[in-house]
Amino acid sequence: MNKKVSDSQIDYSAFPDERGHFGAYGGRFVSETLIYALDELKDMYTRLKNDASFQAEIDQDLAHYVGRPSPIYFAERLSQKLGGAKIALKREDLNHTGAHKVNNTIGQALLAKHSGKTRIIAETGAGQHGVASATVAARLGLECVVYMGAEDVQRQALNVYRMKLLGATVVPVESGSRTLKDAMNEAMRDWVTNVDNTFYIIGTVAGPHPYPQLVRDFNAVVGREARRQCLEQFGKLPEALVACVGGGSNAIGLFHPFLNDHDVRMYGVEAGGDGVETGRHAAPLNDGVPGVLHGNRTYLMEDEDGQIIETHSISAGLDYPGVGPEHSWLKDIGRVQYVAANDDEAMHAFRELTQVEGIMPALESSHAVAHAIKLAPTMRRDDIILVNLSGRGDKDILTVAKIDGIEI
Amino acid sequence: MNRINLTLQSLREKRRKALVTYIVSGDPSPGATVAAMHALVDAGADIIELGVPFSDPMAEGPVIQRGHERALAQGASLRKTLAYVSEFRARDANTPVVLMGYANPVERMGYKHFAQLAKEAGVDGLLTVDLPLEEGGELDTCLQEAGLENIFLVAPTTSSARIKDICEAARGFVYCVSFKGVTGADRLDVEAIAENLAGVKSVAKTPVLVGFGIKDAASAKQIGKLSDGVVVGSALVNAMAQNSGNLDAIIHALASIIQPMRHALDELVEISL
Repeated sequence: MNKKVSDSQIDYSAFPDERGHFGAYGGRFVSETLIYALDELKDMYTRLKNDASFQAEIDQDLAHYVGRPSPIYFAERLSQKLGGAKIALKREDLNHTGAHKVNNTIGQALLAKHSGKTRIIAETGAGQHGVASATVAARLGLECVVYMGAEDVQRQALNVYRMKLLGATVVPVESGSRTLKDAMNEAMRDWVTNVDNTFYIIGTVAGPHPYPQLVRDFNAVVGREARRQCLEQFGKLPEALVACVGGGSNAIGLFHPFLNDHDVRMYGVEAGGDGVETGRHAAPLNDGVPGVLHGNRTYLMEDEDGQIIETHSISAGLDYPGVGPEHSWLKDIGRVQYVAANDDEAMHAFRELTQVEGIMPALESSHAVAHAIKLAPTMRRDDIILVNLSGRGDKDILTVAKIDGIEI
Repeated sequence: MNRINLTLQSLREKRRKALVTYIVSGDPSPGATVAAMHALVDAGADIIELGVPFSDPMAEGPVIQRGHERALAQGASLRKTLAYVSEFRARDANTPVVLMGYANPVERMGYKHFAQLAKEAGVDGLLTVDLPLEEGGELDTCLQEAGLENIFLVAPTTSSARIKDICEAARGFVYCVSFKGVTGADRLDVEAIAENLAGVKSVAKTPVLVGFGIKDAASAKQIGKLSDGVVVGSALVNAMAQNSGNLDAIIHALASIIQPMRHALDELVEISL
């Protein structure tokens, strides 16, 4: 599956194709009832994507509500300590609601508004996408229902309460493994039932076409800004990009505008959990096989019978058995290298960045930092590694305290 | 000729309505499945639909979800489902068996390999809930080569252009979903179904059966009047779960649901005669 081809002839902007395929991946694997809703969404998005006033609406919100552009920060002390390449951080943690997730929910909420639908649903794992959805729903005065695995509701009590404060209804999902994948199943069931008045805001670059495309496009503002900022601040493009990959929306958002810059190397960092070799992880691109789940064909964690298996990661936001189809394709053609950082490495990176730079990263983003820490000493001093610091770590303080044996 | 077509043709000649019964393979226990299949036929089922358990059954309501979970917890799989069909065939050479499930287990086995094994086991058709027309070409070819029918869903939201395409591709029968929602929901709207069905039947080359929300004699009769037959699922899965651990009780419970539905559907013959 992993055949490397020269990517110099590929026009990355031409993907996905008309039916949502990135090579062998993506597509539309849903029950018949949803085809109509997906067609409707695709038609509306195709129309609005190139509509100047729609784009202006998004840009306005991103500037004044989200606080974009987010800065690029040169982590000088961390870089010096590692003694190799310069590590720079794209500060998505500084966005309103504390992560890149809002870039997407702003865009999809505007689509919901244009569609005339009055009700928003979303799935969430760690709660970041749920909070970002509840936030935009509050702002637009739309009803919002968030599906969250019952396990995660317990683990992420703080975000559950945030969503409730924002006026959303949080529905604990008791089926299956009671985590993110089951929340997504339940959101799909809601959508199929209430398809007439409901807009489903998917939180990552997975799901049936056109979701992987539109979520990517809404997050690509990260890469567009970063590309311009690097040229301005450093006078060149970075030698390497690093981002964590669960579903992969922050990673594709950073990578996509650089894909045709052939000298820029890219690393997607999956959650290695206890270690990829132990099987207890959430790294389908490192240790999975292609299959079909949640509306798309992509790499999955599954058993020999094709049943989806439980994943393990310290980070709830990366604890997902699938990955966006575009990443599966970028892996196969060799444009992006997909590696893993295990729980311990992510925790180490969390502490390093907090103590050396005074920036507390989300545990998801800590996986990206962990790989940059490995990478920097192997590169030259004038090389630049740009890490997508996709979210801030406040939400993870209780998890970290628990690891330290402290009760708060 | 495939058993599905033979059965539906013979029903049509007798102006009878088809009664299709859905249970989950391996639920509530591995030993129940084959016995339940025979019991369903004895009670009046025309076609057996066997649900292939999947970890993420996106289109199912709570009752059938639990069925998938119970089955998987006891080691159910596509392979074992095929073994149940083989076992069923030892005593029943005529009743059509359709597998209903999700794409991933079939994909993991390999389309071609699956089609061969399914044919050998005595399966007659496949309904893959999350494999719409556009994504199903390769599997369809493999099914055709093995002489298996490919059953497609038509939904209330399906456009008339799409209905035409689906009916063109469908073999065996077209499965018309009665409402927007998941299996087992209580949202049957007979007028809306009648309207949808008229559109489907005008272009269908195969019989058109209706499923989702049909749970008893009354609903079977209402919908049977409009279609070539009905599919009942959640009511059976629920009855089996409630009698879990007692095979005689399961068989009795299934019969007590199916027999009245059979009678109700057969009353429609007299009306039309």
